[in-house]
Amino acid sequence: MDYVMIGITALWLFLYGYLIVASIDFGAGFFAYYAKRTKKDHVINKLISRYLSPVWEVTNVFFVFFFVGLVGFFPDTAYYFGQTLLVPGSIAIVLLAIRGSFYAFENYGSKENPVYLFLYGATGLLIPASLSTALTISEGGFIQETENGVILMTKKLLTSPYSWSVVFLAIVSVLFISATFLTFYANRANDKQALALVRNYALFWSVPTIIASLTTFIALSQHNPRHYMNLIDLWWVFGLSIGFFSLAIWLIFQGKLYGIAFLCVMFQFFFAFFGYGAGHLPYLLEPYITIYDGATHESMGYALVIAFILGLFLLIPSLLLLMKMFLFDADYVKGKK
Amino acid sequence: MPELDSVVLSRMLTSLTLVFHIIFATIGVGVPLMVSIAEYIGIKKKDSHYILLARRWTRGFVITVAIGVVTGTAIGLQLSLLWPSFMQIAGNVISLPLFLETFAFFFEAIFLGAYLYTWDRFKKPIYHWLLSIPVVIGSGMSAVFITTVNAFMNAPQGFTLEGRTITTIDPIAAMLNPATPTKVAHVLTSSYFTSAAILAAIAAYSILRKKSNVYHRKALKLTVTLTLMFGILTAVAGDFSAKYLAENQPEKLAAAEWLFETEEGADLIMFGRLNESNEIVGGIRFPKLLSFLANGDFNSEVTGLDQFPESLTPPLWIHYMFDFMITIGMYGIGVSLLYILFMRLKKWNELNKPLLWLLVANGPLAMLGIEFGWIYAEVGRQPWILKGYMKVAEGATTSPNVGLMFLLFLALYTALGVTCVVVLRKMFRNNPVELELEHRYPNVTKKDDSKWTT
Repeated sequence: MDYVMIGITALWLFLYGYLIVASIDFGAGFFAYYAKRTKKDHVINKLISRYLSPVWEVTNVFFVFFFVGLVGFFPDTAYYFGQTLLVPGSIAIVLLAIRGSFYAFENYGSKENPVYLFLYGATGLLIPASLSTALTISEGGFIQETENGVILMTKKLLTSPYSWSVVFLAIVSVLFISATFLTFYANRANDKQALALVRNYALFWSVPTIIASLTTFIALSQHNPRHYMNLIDLWWVFGLSIGFFSLAIWLIFQGKLYGIAFLCVMFQFFFAFFGYGAGHLPYLLEPYITIYDGATHESMGYALVIAFILGLFLLIPSLLLLMKMFLFDADYVKGKK
Repeated sequence: MPELDSVVLSRMLTSLTLVFHIIFATIGVGVPLMVSIAEYIGIKKKDSHYILLARRWTRGFVITVAIGVVTGTAIGLQLSLLWPSFMQIAGNVISLPLFLETFAFFFEAIFLGAYLYTWDRFKKPIYHWLLSIPVVIGSGMSAVFITTVNAFMNAPQGFTLEGRTITTIDPIAAMLNPATPTKVAHVLTSSYFTSAAILAAIAAYSILRKKSNVYHRKALKLTVTLTLMFGILTAVAGDFSAKYLAENQPEKLAAAEWLFETEEGADLIMFGRLNESNEIVGGIRFPKLLSFLANGDFNSEVTGLDQFPESLTPPLWIHYMFDFMITIGMYGIGVSLLYILFMRLKKWNELNKPLLWLLVANGPLAMLGIEFGWIYAEVGRQPWILKGYMKVAEGATTSPNVGLMFLLFLALYTALGVTCVVVLRKMFRNNPVELELEHRYPNVTKKDDSKWTT
């Protein structure tokens, strides 16, 4: 494997990591707000804040890692995506900023402020929607090269069925991933009431998740037949994804092994995400950037790979420590510490 | 008045984000060290006051960290969104430190989370203190790596450029460019200085507001001592920075010092103004001091603006930025020295009102000093975005929507800034020290107070 493949694989792993941890966080924000509105907040909000408090900052860093690494390995992406994504990118930054800071305000500062909680819940759904724009654009067909540089064809983007199906998929998967995680966490905390509630959320959101996945497939076949055909060639990867999805739902429905069920959901998205990514190659942005002609120099590529590996030696033990302290420490989860 | 094209607007938006971000970045780098020192003293002296100090500082700190994180994300993305052509070229060469900065921050974030939620979870308190070390190191290293990127823009090296394509890259040489050592030293020391000054201002203000109690007095003594220490180190690092400039970017120093002609034994001029024919009117003149500051020799030659075409020199108003920065730094060292002096001489009361007010003023002033220093550093590099290779105007986006985004971010930062202040005030007002002391350490307060008030 050359440094370009290592680079894109590592970046994709980070984006996958962000997809999982951020979904848990985004969805939890929405559920917290929803529970408040339906007067069920006493049941789950304590549970949610117990998990989220120590990890919210870590979530954001996954994302920063991805885009810093992307520009590092593939500097041309800075030009094409930077130039075209000014507006959606800025909106995403503003939403992320509101979310991050108001979460801290509400959590460490003034408890129970309804405005903060609303902002926290609303941004949880809007951020995935706005970030998914970048993936949509990468399929090609939404960028025009003019003498003044490249520009985004906003109208085409806003009227494309593919673009909306991605937004829909992003939102429902966020809710599904989050609900399955909270089911596991509630069970771990031995909180029967909360478990019953979030388990229902998980079962409910599984249906739109599978529908949205299929719709996106169909929309992609219309929008980018090349990518679609690549995905068909990788049919077994998506088969595995659906298999893990079914297993997860079956376990949650049976009301047992919630930890395994959440792992299955992680695998479901792992295979779907990597299948999608593999089919996308060699393009990063069709038809302008491929991973080969857009890659940085070999010396920088290797420097980044080495930095990445050394960094992992530092981060993985620290992450394990954090998980040991908060995620798997039964007393902490149960609220005794 | 320059036309508001996308270049000017991109500069405005970048400035806006940086001016706001640097406040929280400075606190983010500096305060963890102060917290760690306070907790360590508390554990060693078995003094709950210092532990509570560390605890309360941390609680305020996480609010500012949150804003630091989100505005840091903003500037990280805006680099690509507003300066796509710059990042397309520079991204090749400086992505390593950007990448490493993220690692350092990740490391810090993980341990900050752990530090925050484990105050009472360890049997031996020193284990909890150990968790503060990676936070201090992580935040410090973030500052180091990101500063190398800024240094690279001032003194690019480690690559060869043929036309518009880069042919070879040496990532380590790019990071360790000539501007890196002095810049890193100045950024770190000034962050520690400013954070200590702000915490000292809070302590001084609390003593002025309420009747002084032993908790605030200990806080003041610790923070002013640290302010003085890091103030002196900042000045030393600043002196090295000036010597770096004299050697490597003489036009930046000359513009700041209004040195129009190259001369030996150059005078240092503070403030003053320029008349129509660019002669200096008024101001305070220190004979031959500039030569000494630039080269360590009162009679040495300092390069003036005459050596550079006018199109390649920065605007002359940065003189004031430079002078404000120096003056504020000197003020900070001066008042903290005064406090220490008063404290040592038993006859004088270091808690007299005027001195306390001077210390209160030093907090916001130090932060202003950071702002002035960065404005000097950034505007002083003009017209270059990558000195000698790419001008600012060539790096900017051509998107027509930058103006609108400027307004969007102005609204965002206003909301964040205001809410931050409101939340912090509420947080500490609803939970005063006296109550928390009694609640957490019921048997310490009385005994200690009597010892101090005599």
